[in-house]
Amino acid sequence: MTDLAGPVGGRAKSSFINDPKVRSIGLQLIALVVVVFLGWSFTENARDNLAAQKIATGFGFLDNTAGFGINQTLIPYSETSTYGRAFVVGLLNTLLVAVVGIFLATIIGFLVGIGRLSKNFVVRTLSTVYVEVLRNLPPLFQILFWYLAVLSAMPGPRNSISLFGEVFISNRGIIIPRPLFGDGAGIVVWAIGLAILMAILFRHWAASRQEETGRYLPVLWVNLALILGLPLIAMIATGFPISFEVPQLKGFNFVGGVQVIPEFVALTVALATYTAAFIAENVRSGIQSVSHGQTEAAHSLGLRHAQTLRLVIIPQAMRVIIPPLTSQYLNLTKNSSLAVGIGYPDLVAVFAGTALNQTGQAIEIIAITMGVYLVLSIITATIMNVYNKRVALVER
Amino acid sequence: MKRLLSTFALAGAMGLCAFGAQAATKLEQVKSKGFVQCGVSQGRPGFSNPNDKGEWSGLDVEFCRAVAAAIFGDATKVKFTPLSAKDRFTALQSGDIDILSRNTTWTITRDTSLGLNFTGVTYYDGQGFMIRKDKKVNSALELSGASVCTQTGTTTEQNLADYFRANNMTYEVIAFATNDEVVKAYDAGRCDVLTTDRSGLAGERLKLTNPDDHIVLPEIISKEPLGPVVAHGDDQWFDIVKWVLYAQLNAEELGVNSKNVDEQLKSAVNPEIKRLLGTEGKYGEGMGIGNDWGYLIIKNVGNYAEIYDRTVGPDTPLKLVRGLNALWNKGGIQYAPPIR
Repeated sequence: MTDLAGPVGGRAKSSFINDPKVRSIGLQLIALVVVVFLGWSFTENARDNLAAQKIATGFGFLDNTAGFGINQTLIPYSETSTYGRAFVVGLLNTLLVAVVGIFLATIIGFLVGIGRLSKNFVVRTLSTVYVEVLRNLPPLFQILFWYLAVLSAMPGPRNSISLFGEVFISNRGIIIPRPLFGDGAGIVVWAIGLAILMAILFRHWAASRQEETGRYLPVLWVNLALILGLPLIAMIATGFPISFEVPQLKGFNFVGGVQVIPEFVALTVALATYTAAFIAENVRSGIQSVSHGQTEAAHSLGLRHAQTLRLVIIPQAMRVIIPPLTSQYLNLTKNSSLAVGIGYPDLVAVFAGTALNQTGQAIEIIAITMGVYLVLSIITATIMNVYNKRVALVER
Repeated sequence: MKRLLSTFALAGAMGLCAFGAQAATKLEQVKSKGFVQCGVSQGRPGFSNPNDKGEWSGLDVEFCRAVAAAIFGDATKVKFTPLSAKDRFTALQSGDIDILSRNTTWTITRDTSLGLNFTGVTYYDGQGFMIRKDKKVNSALELSGASVCTQTGTTTEQNLADYFRANNMTYEVIAFATNDEVVKAYDAGRCDVLTTDRSGLAGERLKLTNPDDHIVLPEIISKEPLGPVVAHGDDQWFDIVKWVLYAQLNAEELGVNSKNVDEQLKSAVNPEIKRLLGTEGKYGEGMGIGNDWGYLIIKNVGNYAEIYDRTVGPDTPLKLVRGLNALWNKGGIQYAPPIR
């Protein structure tokens, strides 16, 4: 047993290859080099082969004139714009559906999810039927239903349904008056912004005051007065600078006003109601995960049912609701590519459709499109993860 | 989905195949698998349309059968791949199909930058407009402000934009992925006008609830020479596909059809007919196929006039007169180089 007298650091003797730290870093480096090399040789090879077959490559096409029209553009676009601009137009159209769809789906989903747990038989049954019907039908069918079934029932532009002679609903979509900003309209816009800011500050102040003194302030009414009142005062002071251009029927279609195209309405409604069915189930499971003792405790403190739900149950349910909710938001964004089925000019239809066909640069365009969805999804997931951290249960 | 798969197949084929490696020629590949893989439309009456038993018919379909007849002596050795307008070129580039015969317009971009070769013109067409009769429009120049339905991924979108711009008119375009959706949206009243090639309009009209309520406006706003397409880089295959069409046109010019071809084979004295049917000269050899290739095409499928008449001609529901597609010596512009 002479070993006892030997050097204590037995590990120092062994080769550094056996060091787990060196090993893991080394293996990862080798893996990285292999992946990078494969990717590089794949790209090089593809480029050589494409060139040999005389198939155009590269991203230069983005600066070429697109030459086709798009019927919903959030930024100025014409047939003389470039493919690059057509890409942005398509991307913004996708984002519009995603943002509006997520907003509506969240509201409907929470209402239906809470409705599923209602003590009222009618509300509970209706909510259950909603969830079971909508989540069990493929989204493309729902989009086509909202588009073709509802569209066929709509009258033509000459017989459109008129609301107060200002808003017109027909198979061309919903035409609403366009606001025209005159002199001093900027002041009104500033007033709206200021009102919203003041409302937020007031809510914070009211909340901290309630924490300190226990006195409750009518936040809702004060804020409503702020948000409606301040712009109104600004409008009166500047002499009503905002007027509205009422759409007029001229020739085939309405001229003037803003047209909300039926493709947008159908796609957004279909995706929002479909996704809402899943969100409703997330909300229900989240609420049920909060133990009943919490409700009893809240009731015994004298909170009313609505207050219990809003102040005690929902905040605790959120940490269960948020992670699957993120997935639903991602699904909705990605499902928006079903737009191509009904002719809504989203990213896939405009860029991976028309632009791809006109330029023939399939590999570049599909790569860009996939990259965009990846980035959109990662951004959504990051935002939701940050929010999730905030509502997560902090354990000590 | 199909498009994505094709794109991956294309990326895979381009990225993985060793550069410059000599694969088997297209003709060898076709012969070894035993059939021609032909890309067609997802349903365009008169050109490529499946019936309720899944049997394809139409001008474009007959062309692929003629290629199969020339190679195998059997017009049934074809498999059809229905493709949307957007997916068609990728399918050809990636080698999923051997021939694209899908009312495809010959343009310089497609011919020179997509790695494709157009082999000729099977149908001279032009873009037109269809509108409801009760809109009381008689000319395309009265269409300012109209909503127009069309299919995405076609030359029509660009022609439409050009025409309205050139005539200082405004329009709203709604572009759908497939033809059926275009027709449904037009039928539902989403748009005032449906635009595509005039031969297509004749076919789409049949799908509407009341075909007689719609008219095709007289204006032809573009040149649409439609023809078969092959991938760039295999000249032998390019030659075969090219000459199948020429053989059919020459047969019509010489008065050889599927009914009299056997008799002509035995008794013809005209050397042009003899060369077409392969009893004189060895013209199949240069293309790597049998010298009786011309006979096999005419016998199994027919000459150009026969195909035209039974798919899109005046006696079919499409009722398209020959017009530009008549032979050059009968007032049209169909003209084939001689077989000699």
